[in-house]
Amino acid sequence: MEFKRITLLAGHYGSGKTNISVNLAMYLKSTKDKVAVADLDIVNPYFRTKDSIEDFEKAGIKFIGSEYANSNLDIPALPQELYSITDDTSYYAIMDIGGDDRGALALGRYAPAILNENNYDMLFVANFFRPLTRDADSAIEVMKEIEFAGGIPFTGIINNSNLGDETDADAVLGTLDKAKELSEKSGLPIKLTTVNRPLIPQLCDKIPNVFGLDLQNKIR
Amino acid sequence: MADKVLMKGNEAIAEAAILAGCRHYFGYPITPQTEIAAYMAKRMPKIGGTFLQAESEIAAINMVYGAASVGMRVMTSSSSPGVSLKSEGISYMAGSDLPGLIVNVQRGGPGLGGIQPSQSDYFQATKGGGHGDYHLIVIAPDSVQEMADYTVKAFDLADKYRMPVMILADGTMGQMMEPVSLDLDIKPAPEKPWATTGTGCERKHNIINSLSLVPEELEKLNFERFEKYAYIQQNEVMYEEYMMEDAETVIVAFGIAARVSKNAITAARKEGIKVGLIRPITLWPFPTEVISKAADKAKRFISVELSMGQMIEDVKLAVNGKADVELCNRAGGMIPSPEQVLEAIKNGGAK
Repeated sequence: MEFKRITLLAGHYGSGKTNISVNLAMYLKSTKDKVAVADLDIVNPYFRTKDSIEDFEKAGIKFIGSEYANSNLDIPALPQELYSITDDTSYYAIMDIGGDDRGALALGRYAPAILNENNYDMLFVANFFRPLTRDADSAIEVMKEIEFAGGIPFTGIINNSNLGDETDADAVLGTLDKAKELSEKSGLPIKLTTVNRPLIPQLCDKIPNVFGLDLQNKIR
Repeated sequence: MADKVLMKGNEAIAEAAILAGCRHYFGYPITPQTEIAAYMAKRMPKIGGTFLQAESEIAAINMVYGAASVGMRVMTSSSSPGVSLKSEGISYMAGSDLPGLIVNVQRGGPGLGGIQPSQSDYFQATKGGGHGDYHLIVIAPDSVQEMADYTVKAFDLADKYRMPVMILADGTMGQMMEPVSLDLDIKPAPEKPWATTGTGCERKHNIINSLSLVPEELEKLNFERFEKYAYIQQNEVMYEEYMMEDAETVIVAFGIAARVSKNAITAARKEGIKVGLIRPITLWPFPTEVISKAADKAKRFISVELSMGQMIEDVKLAVNGKADVELCNRAGGMIPSPEQVLEAIKNGGAK
């Protein structure tokens, strides 16, 4: 699987961007020497790439996120180190963009440099089991809002449709038509279909570019 | 399964409210409940409803008062500090016998506190919050599905008894994502002949008011309201019993604390310890009777809470000296771990 130097992940909040960011970074690290993950999610401090910092350190992945996250300062600040993502082209980078158009606003200040270098993928993470993106048309609505706010057009789609713990192979297969419709209507390719890793044996023959995810811990 | 969606607890409340016929939402953003307002802002304009971000929580609750007065299904939502601000308006609603839904997705306190989950507004929710003799029906969900189910139920109860109902959730319930069926038990809202919808020159004016300057009349209103409350205490208590058949130790916990406790109970049962759970679903009316009956057999009770120990007072009143009542708790936004609860089951919590 080929990746551009910068992979940006954006989508409706709760679509699974952060979890995919963590998994893609781990995958990239297996083939690339220098990998960085940047957390641009200044909207929702409850679920953040920061939870995975220890895993990143162990894997030798550089992490860039707000130094104020989970501290006593309620400041939606972006660290200056984020500029190293666009300045230091020796790194392969994953950028986790905050939810919806409001989260994507933070992307605007890096957009000119990313567009200028032109070695990026801007991927829309879609979960058709989420209530406000249940079909292609509503997903396109969110897509347009994010593009307008972030200033970078999408180049591809990740179909991350899942029902949490209740996801099975049929549930994923049932979303393929919607993903195809989204692809046709937006003119963008489906870069990946992401599924919980144990489902891979049942789906690898049926879906092209299927990618297994290791899920982060959660409360039962 | 195909009809399920993956939702945050906050979204489940918002969508369930819309399905229940709520077309008026007034609120003010605060973590960790902001998704309710964000969801309403997106959905309400598309279905002919009203989403309004008020200038403050105080304004929002008074808009709820107004919409309820004309018979609308209406709601507001906030988190702990915001609910403190709404307390005056909630008391006015209770004093005017107005139905409405108030959602509190609790965060750590007191004061501005933090943004992590907490259950330290138990006293505020069940013992008043605002001034005067009144109660809210207080419902505590423990899953995203229950956030949806009990939102619908809350509107039904509010209309049935003409009183405000509160969903008392916490940051985890609001933020966690779980599969939800939106095939909910929707009943049409009842007729509201008391609402101020215009007389059409065919009836006397309806008056919605909490002011009553003649003490004899105000006392009468209070007595009548408490007859209603007594009826609710007899008829609307909801709870879940878990592994209670032979339980010698009984955990009492609601919301996220109940889910953590179930994990601890499963671990304890593997070691042969006879422990069960009573999970109050309504915090008011509190399941006093079932706890009192359990105290005839059980030796000890442990109240597991995300607070410094608030519900434990109601547990003690229900147990009424028949057994020991201990506390197992975290506060300030921290959540007890299953290991901590297991330790309390084995070696005792704080007395």
